Amino acid sequence: MSTPAPQLLRRTPLFECHRGAGARLVDFAGWEMPVFYGGAPNPIVAEHMAVREACGIFDVSHMGQIETCGPGALALLQRLLSNDLVKVAPGGAQYSVLCREDGGVLDDLFTYRLEAERYLTVTNAANHVQDLAWFAAHAIDTPDVRVVDCIDHWAMLAVQGPLAREIVQAVSDAPLPARMTAEPRRLAGAQTLVCGTGYTGEDGVELLCEPEDAAGLWDELVRRGAMPAGLGARDTLRLEACFHLYGNDLTVQRGPIEAGLGWCCKEDTGFIGSDAVRAAREHGTAERLVAFAIDGPGIARPGNPVVGGGEVTSGTLSPCLKSGIGLAYVPSERSATGTRLEIDVRGKMRSAVVKDKPLYRKAPA
Amino acid sequence: MSDASYPADLLYHPEHDWARMEDGEPAHATLGITWYAQDQLGEVVFFEAPAVGTMLSQNEPYTEVESVKAVSDVVAPLSGEVVEINAAAAENPGVINADPYGEGWLVKVRLSDPSERERLLDATAYTATLGG
Repeated sequence: MSTPAPQLLRRTPLFECHRGAGARLVDFAGWEMPVFYGGAPNPIVAEHMAVREACGIFDVSHMGQIETCGPGALALLQRLLSNDLVKVAPGGAQYSVLCREDGGVLDDLFTYRLEAERYLTVTNAANHVQDLAWFAAHAIDTPDVRVVDCIDHWAMLAVQGPLAREIVQAVSDAPLPARMTAEPRRLAGAQTLVCGTGYTGEDGVELLCEPEDAAGLWDELVRRGAMPAGLGARDTLRLEACFHLYGNDLTVQRGPIEAGLGWCCKEDTGFIGSDAVRAAREHGTAERLVAFAIDGPGIARPGNPVVGGGEVTSGTLSPCLKSGIGLAYVPSERSATGTRLEIDVRGKMRSAVVKDKPLYRKAPA
Repeated sequence: MSDASYPADLLYHPEHDWARMEDGEPAHATLGITWYAQDQLGEVVFFEAPAVGTMLSQNEPYTEVESVKAVSDVVAPLSGEVVEINAAAAENPGVINADPYGEGWLVKVRLSDPSERERLLDATAYTATLGG
């Protein structure tokens, strides 16, 4: 269980805030990131519940940003991204996947239309360099477009939970943008792009600000009641909401249809990989990604085989449901809600049931 | 969480397990994981005790403890037969974090070879393996 001292890890502008808050830091995609913070006896569960019931704040500055601008920007992004950006007005946001020709998923990303001809795409930390190269390679034969690596221009904070908007609103110079839109605001004096997005299954905002403003903004939001939350809670939250984690539930060996992401693929735009996606949609796929809950004791983990075919790609203990939950690729004929699965958890057979997504949904207010 | 501690009356296995010897005939020991182990793991959310009667072999894993994030094998510091399990810890695994040497014990075993204790570490030697 020994952990060698981290070497040459990148640090976000919020590193000292994390250290000051007693964070346990780990190597995540080459970044030294908080997995949880000190204080509570059960920190991951406490941080998780803070996001579900009040407000949590995450440092997601390790995520990358690519700006695509110019008269050719829309044409390039329509070719790269699976969704239809034509439908997104300036100030809007959209989720999509980035596919290879064979439909294999290179990344999943949010794109914000900042201006008519300026778009910001947020990449997963582990994929940023490869995504940037993919964007740049395809920009060469697209006229009038510029692709800019903006990873060092931005710090990124996610403020999530039922009280998140109230807490951020209190330091904002104007009303916050609605869900799935993004607008510049001044927050506690810092020029910030406020995005009505997140990856926790809760309402909230994501904030992009200049690196030198990040610590002040973080401290102010924490002072107003946002609880620092680490990657541990981020993972349990996204899994209850059945959001994919790239590298686990999405890989270049999997296409968006089998991953359950057909809803963000608009093949008529002709994006790279659209032929493969269309074929998968028409003919079906051998496997499908399903959400499951274990109905006895035990916690399935990534890599655990499903008896009869398939594999768990994400698994944890759900703090809200208090049972083992996860995502698994299973044969399509066994992917219907209610299907019973046996999962081989390190030699012990655990009984699970295929569930509707999301696994956790807030009771209507 | 509790503060770091390594009681002097325990014996330690380098894989971060402890044994509390109960001399007598036959000799017994209570086993658990160290403060370091629970701290590395984080909040323990799942512990399924092995059945009473399970035979443990020194240096071999005999159960697992799980946090939200990870699973960790628990290695037997001594060989023997499980005679009692900590059902309360299985019910509420948080006690393994809160009190790893007390209420967070895992199993009691009847030792098959009490001389194996010679291969375990005292608190000073174990603490030295943690690299300060």
